[in-house]
Amino acid sequence: MAAIEVEGLEKTYPKGVRALDGVGFSVAEGEVFGLLGPNGAGKSTTVKILATLSTLDAGTARVAGYDVVREAGAVRRSIGYVPQASGVDVHATGRENILLQGRVQRVPPGELRRRMDELLETFGLGDFADRIVRTYSGGMKRRLDVAMGLVHRPVVLFLDEPTTGLDPEARAAMWEELERLAGEEQLTILLTTHYLEEADRLAKRVAIVSRGRVVVDGPPDQLKRRLLGDAVTVELAGGDATAAAAVVERLGVVEETVTDGRHLRARVEHGAQAVPGILSALEASGIAVASVTVARPSLDDVYLHFTGRDFRSEDEAGSAR
Amino acid sequence: MTAAVQDTLAMLVRHQRNFLRQPIWLVFALTQPMFWLLLYSQLFRRIIDLPGFDTDSYVQFLAPGVVVMTAFFGAVWSGMAMIDDLDRGVVPRFLATRAHPGSLVVSQVLHAAIISIVQTVIILGTAWLLGARVERGVAGWLVITVVAALVGAGFAGISHGIALIVRREEPLIAILNFFGLPLTFISATLIAETLMPGWMQWAARFNPVNWGVVAAREMSSLDTDWGRVGLYTGLLLAFVALASALATRAFGVYRKTL
Ligand SMILES: Nc1ncnc2c1ncn2[C@@H]1O[C@H](COP(=O)(O)OP(=O)(O)OP(=O)(O)O)[C@@H](O)[C@H]1O
Ligand SMILES: [Mg+2]
Repeated sequence: MAAIEVEGLEKTYPKGVRALDGVGFSVAEGEVFGLLGPNGAGKSTTVKILATLSTLDAGTARVAGYDVVREAGAVRRSIGYVPQASGVDVHATGRENILLQGRVQRVPPGELRRRMDELLETFGLGDFADRIVRTYSGGMKRRLDVAMGLVHRPVVLFLDEPTTGLDPEARAAMWEELERLAGEEQLTILLTTHYLEEADRLAKRVAIVSRGRVVVDGPPDQLKRRLLGDAVTVELAGGDATAAAAVVERLGVVEETVTDGRHLRARVEHGAQAVPGILSALEASGIAVASVTVARPSLDDVYLHFTGRDFRSEDEAGSAR
Repeated sequence: MTAAVQDTLAMLVRHQRNFLRQPIWLVFALTQPMFWLLLYSQLFRRIIDLPGFDTDSYVQFLAPGVVVMTAFFGAVWSGMAMIDDLDRGVVPRFLATRAHPGSLVVSQVLHAAIISIVQTVIILGTAWLLGARVERGVAGWLVITVVAALVGAGFAGISHGIALIVRREEPLIAILNFFGLPLTFISATLIAETLMPGWMQWAARFNPVNWGVVAAREMSSLDTDWGRVGLYTGLLLAFVALASALATRAFGVYRKTL
């Protein structure tokens, strides 16, 4: 059974903003799934619907086997939800936040104590448990956020941009936490992010969302392979790369070449395997090589390819359509 | 049902703890009513020389008024806490848990009522030190406290209702400022009813602040008009019910915007 099943989700906000336009994907039990997309793509809206906060206009969504509309209570029991806007009470201590969360999630008092200590410990908050959250660093606060979402041992955890606004160090720490969580059996995680590298590192599968639709989904590696194969860049010792391009193209393994002065860029299916052939062909033609690099295409390239837009310059917030 | 009560209590504990943790706020909430009592009783000391005041101590006259005014002003601003919770995502987060949604609003209203009760005791205590007595004794203290709690709860409900609809501080402040002083002045808070212009006396009949002041004042003198106490307490109960309905409705409106 899939832990999350979404089909044809549509949502228009009261003021007429069409946030979702037929989102669909499914997440297997125990999987970490990444929803990737620019501002305003509809990531948070999707998560809010799955967490029973927002209503849907059309489509169906099941979480942990329950329908989010008809069985909202059962869904709430099964999920942990870490909103983009946090939702931690900054006037209270970390401990008080976890306790209140546990109480409303109906964790029995004795078990709640144990669970709280365990969470404070694993999220490295032990020394700060009795400090007011307002004095926490951004990274500590976000870790508390995640800990709160786990207090009742949910089977599905929603993390809406868990690392946005964190400095690189705090982000790395959060990644470690999330990787550890992902290793825990039975926990399914859906996380949203702007960061391609984050999805690449944490998620077993990703879906790229753009303008309220999933444009493509699959394992990050597969998406990259489907797109480009590897990029091989050859730097010549001197002269022009045009002749070298002709030589390389004759090899037959190359899908596309681009030259730029002394540089030759070629796309091949398996970079590492193609390099020896490329080098010996160039040598045989008397062309001297200074260096060779092989790079996997990044998710940036995937994004660009499937949405036709550059990821970084993208901002769909409030776009009329 | 019990789960709803438990959630409300858990939320109430949160509000009270956060309130007690803000020392400055706490100091103001507790000293301001005393200050009002002292200030107004000095400012308007000679007012009782006017016909219409059947008392020889203005503090005696003023204390029930300040009790209700304090409950009113405290409660009217309580919606700011809701806006803070909305801004920080605290409310949405609880809405995705098993917490009873009603507990989020009800706990705030109870919190306002409890603050009103504490302030009432402080004001009546201060008035007692100044020589003013609640002539009806224990019954008087009880009824006045209940009246203050009802005024606090009712206006807290309205304040939260508006907060949930406008969802921003500025419009809430503007609305509350607009209604705050008029509601105090179109009432017998500071002045005997008979000294108000006719139209004001008429308008005051529709003012919950006035209902509270009249009921509380009846309980602080010996010739209590029980009929009026009953009537106005009943009206205040209806007011609280109406305000709660409004806040609940506003909460529903807010949830639809999520
Ligand atoms: N509560 C709301 N009321 C009205 N419109 C909304 C609301 N929340 C989001 N929107 C709009 O819906 C669209 C999708 O927003 P959503 O928050 O789902 O995007 P997102 O992918 O999470 O973006 P971000 O990366 O900025 O968090 C946007 O155009 C946004 O302005
Ligand atoms: Mg978002």
